[in-house]
Amino acid sequence: MSDVKHETVLVYAECQDGRLRRVALEALGAARLLAGEGGSVHAVLAGGGAGASAGEAAAELAARGAEVVHVIDDPALAQFAPEAYAAAIRAAAEAASPSAIVLGHTAAGRELAPRVAAALGGGHIADVTAVSLTDGGGAVFTRPLYAGKAFEQRRFLPGVTQVISVRPNNLPPAELAEDGRRGDIRALAFAPPPLWTAVRDVVRRTSGRIDLAEADIIVSGGRGVRSAEGFPPLEALAQTLGGAVGASRGACDAGYCDYALQIGQTGKTVTPKLYIACGISGAIQHLAGMSQSRVIVAINKDPDAPIFGVADYGIVGDLFEIVPLLNDQFKDLLQANG
Amino acid sequence: MNLVVLLKQTFDTEEKIEIENGAVAEDGAKFIINPYDEYALEEALRLREAHGGTVTVLSCGPERAAEALRTALAMGADEAVLLEEDGLPDDGGAVAAAIATAVVRLRPDLLLAGLFAVDTGAGSVALQAAEALGLPHAAAALKLEIRDASAAAADADGGGSGGLAAVVQRDTEWGLETVEIPLPALVTAQQGLNEPRYPSLPGIMKAKRKPLQRLSAAELGLAEAELAPRTGRIALQAPPARAAGRRLAGTPAEQAAELARLLQSEAKLF
Ligand SMILES: Cc1cc2nc3c(=O)[nH]c(=O)nc-3n(C[C@H](O)[C@H](O)[C@H](O)COP(=O)(O)OP(=O)(O)OC[C@H]3O[C@@H](n4cnc5c(N)ncnc54)[C@H](O)[C@@H]3O)c2cc1C
Repeated sequence: MSDVKHETVLVYAECQDGRLRRVALEALGAARLLAGEGGSVHAVLAGGGAGASAGEAAAELAARGAEVVHVIDDPALAQFAPEAYAAAIRAAAEAASPSAIVLGHTAAGRELAPRVAAALGGGHIADVTAVSLTDGGGAVFTRPLYAGKAFEQRRFLPGVTQVISVRPNNLPPAELAEDGRRGDIRALAFAPPPLWTAVRDVVRRTSGRIDLAEADIIVSGGRGVRSAEGFPPLEALAQTLGGAVGASRGACDAGYCDYALQIGQTGKTVTPKLYIACGISGAIQHLAGMSQSRVIVAINKDPDAPIFGVADYGIVGDLFEIVPLLNDQFKDLLQANG
Repeated sequence: MNLVVLLKQTFDTEEKIEIENGAVAEDGAKFIINPYDEYALEEALRLREAHGGTVTVLSCGPERAAEALRTALAMGADEAVLLEEDGLPDDGGAVAAAIATAVVRLRPDLLLAGLFAVDTGAGSVALQAAEALGLPHAAAALKLEIRDASAAAADADGGGSGGLAAVVQRDTEWGLETVEIPLPALVTAQQGLNEPRYPSLPGIMKAKRKPLQRLSAAELGLAEAELAPRTGRIALQAPPARAAGRRLAGTPAEQAAELARLLQSEAKLF
């Protein structure tokens, strides 16, 4: 490894409904770390007719350290066809000649990263939760194994094009560049590949719902919630806290809520700042999806429930009594904070 | 229909993971078919029941993976291939290259795999193989239907090529999406796609006589560059231990007040 690196790192800046996702800024932060002092960071924004909002996203990427923002606007990208988006990332890679490409390990990113890596003959390190540099300047990537029961550190071998997908909510987002620098925002010509994927239908989520993977606060309900009617108090608490509602498989299987809310080994993996488990026993498969949360609160009437083994704060009690009281407490607290 | 299922043998998710000398201790551990691959296999068996054809299961792994293949045969798969991982580096790229080469020989109409393997959690190999094979994919399937491409396209724009298509319903972060892709293709299975069957006793007896072919990476005639690792493991550790938690005391109202206070002053969340 030479002391002075002049490497370019490319970020796939994922948007949702025309707005940058937070994980895009986290990927940008990782890219700036990997590029180092002498390197540069490029970003690619891809969409179909995103129009004015792409301008905002591009400006934000530029303000946070992307020297060049490649904007690809093409009808082939109007909906998510993975082959088209992978081709868009490759087009930006051709323009930027990056040594590394960083994406979010999201529903889209986890499909795109392997395809891009294989197409470029590169390597893929997936679901990265921490990035560090060695004294020699090499990058070390930490990622969970066995659903968080172990961790490994991986590196890329020399000369390999690096594709990294980073788990949302784990890496610090890119800060504003000190010099108030404004990057170069360019339209990038793009010849879409023949489209394989025809999107026939999308049933949108109720708008405004916070994505579980990116939520800072999650209030989760289990079988202890007892019915679909048991969820509204949890929703009220989540709303007070500006968080999202999640669930155990127990609650989903019982039909109290949608499977889209399921957290755990076969559901979503989340790492919020605060996870409040209500009426969840804490089966190993549930812990697999949430045990890396920064602060865990458990509310359960069984003092021996295994969830207390991972909880920072435990309340032994009836969730139907505790959750509304907590909602009142937080309303007061947040009001006092302004 | 020629159905090929990629299948990995993994640790049982209930197992405690012990790390010894920088590796996961395997002594006495119980191994299972990766749960997501089981959904993929079940779906392949149902498609064969509906459309005819054969189901081949392919696993890249150590000798013990033959057990998982036998279980798949007992569930109803017709043939199995064990691609020996000896000589393959611990890297998804190299494994995907080997799998892609083995899959070409099987000429699948539909390739099925799990969304990810519960051990590495990467979800990379099957998609890298699809890229190498030039196949379309639909990920995280909750429903899968095989239709005439032209029939499916008739109620939408564009003309069908006359071949078969996979219509896949999948759960994404932007909603419940239905996509159509032409076959041959890769579809990855998400929990909810189906409820996998158990091997029946007659199935277990029959499985003993079903073909299980062993294939070495060397026999595939892969170029050295394709087998070269792109990434490597530096270290493996147990997760950092969590500090013991605290039980709150008092009446429900006192506990709620105490929690709000601690989350603000101690955990510094608000
Ligand atoms: C292959 C496999 C994959 C799985 N994947 C997942 C997964 O992804 N996610 C997942 O969550 N599970 C998963 N499971 C299921 C998991 O093993 C558990 O069955 C499930 O997590 C239990 O859900 P629960 O905690 O809501 O229900 P239970 O275990 O029934 O617990 C309910 C809890 O509520 C408490 N309670 C009841 N009433 C009240 C009240 N009024 N106030 C307070 N507390 C109360 C009880 O004391 C109890 O602890 C999986 C299982 C398998 C085999």
